[in-house]
Amino acid sequence: MTQYLMTVWHPNDYLPEPDEMQQIFADVDALNTEIQAAGQWVFGGGLMPAESATVVRSVDGTVTVTDGPFLETKEMFGGFWIVELPDLDAALDLAKRATVACRIPVEVRPFQPEP
Amino acid sequence: MGSPDRDSIARIFREEYGRCVSTLTRLLGDISLAEEAVAEAFLIAVEQWAELPPNPGGWITTTARRKAIDRLRRESTRDARHAEAALLNEPDDPQEVGPVRDDRLRMLFTCCHPALAAEARIALTLRILGGLQTSEIARAFLVPEPTMAQRIVRAKRKIRDAHIPYRVPRDADLPERLGGVLAVLYLIYNAGHSAASGPELNRADLCEEAVRLARLLSELMPDEPEVLGMLALLLLLEARRPSRTDSTGALVLLTDQDRSRWNRALIEEGHGLVRACLRRGAPGPYQFHAAINAVHTDAATAADTDWTQIVALYDQWMASAPTAVVALNRAVALAELAGPEVALGAVEPLDLTGYQPFWVARAELLVRAERPAEARQAFDRALALTENAVEHAHLTSRRASV
Repeated sequence: MTQYLMTVWHPNDYLPEPDEMQQIFADVDALNTEIQAAGQWVFGGGLMPAESATVVRSVDGTVTVTDGPFLETKEMFGGFWIVELPDLDAALDLAKRATVACRIPVEVRPFQPEP
Repeated sequence: MGSPDRDSIARIFREEYGRCVSTLTRLLGDISLAEEAVAEAFLIAVEQWAELPPNPGGWITTTARRKAIDRLRRESTRDARHAEAALLNEPDDPQEVGPVRDDRLRMLFTCCHPALAAEARIALTLRILGGLQTSEIARAFLVPEPTMAQRIVRAKRKIRDAHIPYRVPRDADLPERLGGVLAVLYLIYNAGHSAASGPELNRADLCEEAVRLARLLSELMPDEPEVLGMLALLLLLEARRPSRTDSTGALVLLTDQDRSRWNRALIEEGHGLVRACLRRGAPGPYQFHAAINAVHTDAATAADTDWTQIVALYDQWMASAPTAVVALNRAVALAELAGPEVALGAVEPLDLTGYQPFWVARAELLVRAERPAEARQAFDRALALTENAVEHAHLTSRRASV
């Protein structure tokens, strides 16, 4: 079995209409319930906007803290799942349903295997 | 010494490489390891073969498997021990133990997986199932060898790291995934046939390779009508390829081709496949495309071409899977029945302004409609989109003759 990270990507100014947003929440909840029932769920959740991010880095032994996301990009990832599945085809099947539920693109990426 | 010469070993490499690597990949769970083991087995063959063994492919597979076991024994990781157990216990040929299909079919679906970039699918398919050297593939696609090597390495790494499965897709996914495999074969043929850029119109080795892969796929999936349609289509295109250029290397259009130079054996085989497809009654785009080419190759002279039948086939094709490109080709055929003005009426609304054949078709129809100024403009648009030197020369001379 392999663990896959599925991230959900949206433009910075992405803000669906309230009714649409409610429907997205409902669709994602239904998908989450299915993933959990199938025993594929490891973790998942939505994130607060990128401006709520803080970056901490160590340069030459000095640790600094700066406001804002690591990358200033036009698109950011707003949520993710970690799922455990047999192979990429199974992960892509799930990601196809996830992108329909979220209405925005989903990136699938495998975790490194346990050493 | 009666040992086999380099040529016969090279021939066996081309014939058996895909089968051996496909089997070893199932046993080892990794394409790169399988390739290394098979390469090592071929080196041993070159040293040891006093004469060709009765089943060279089986000899290579067994030797590669033994070498892989030796190597895994030297390594002591958990994965290596697991793989060693699989190697010791799995039969070379899984068909004896259950309804498992040829490993090459698994390999074809893995190499053509939609999660790989299109150019990587083509390169991997040619490398592993075609047994071509990376340098040969690089030359065929006019990219530096390190670029092509990198492309292949990256694709193999993604297959391993993302766990792209090594299997024939389940029935529900098969039509879509098979479409992806067929698209790769067609792209390989087209890369050889129309060579989008560069001095030579044909890169024969790619055309021959695509035909060989289509034959393999039709042996592995003989019940898929679109697979037979693809093979028929490629055979009928291949039959005419020698007459597409004249002795000076200039392009010769279908109408002007010397039909005595067409390969009758390939045409007969292609026609037989088209008839077999018709009997199945499950048409699809490649079968329509093949059937249209069957009508062309059935005509003794260009004037004998049955355009009514060709337009009827395009109508059926448009009814089942309409695309702008099919509509364009239908319009060109329609010109033969209804004249250039009617055809232009069908061509003009098509949203294909970035598609070179759209401007070529338009230009030729405008010439026939005796609208020279517009024809020259259309030739200019076509020329701006043409990279192939042979085709560029052809279009330049056509423009000058208007």
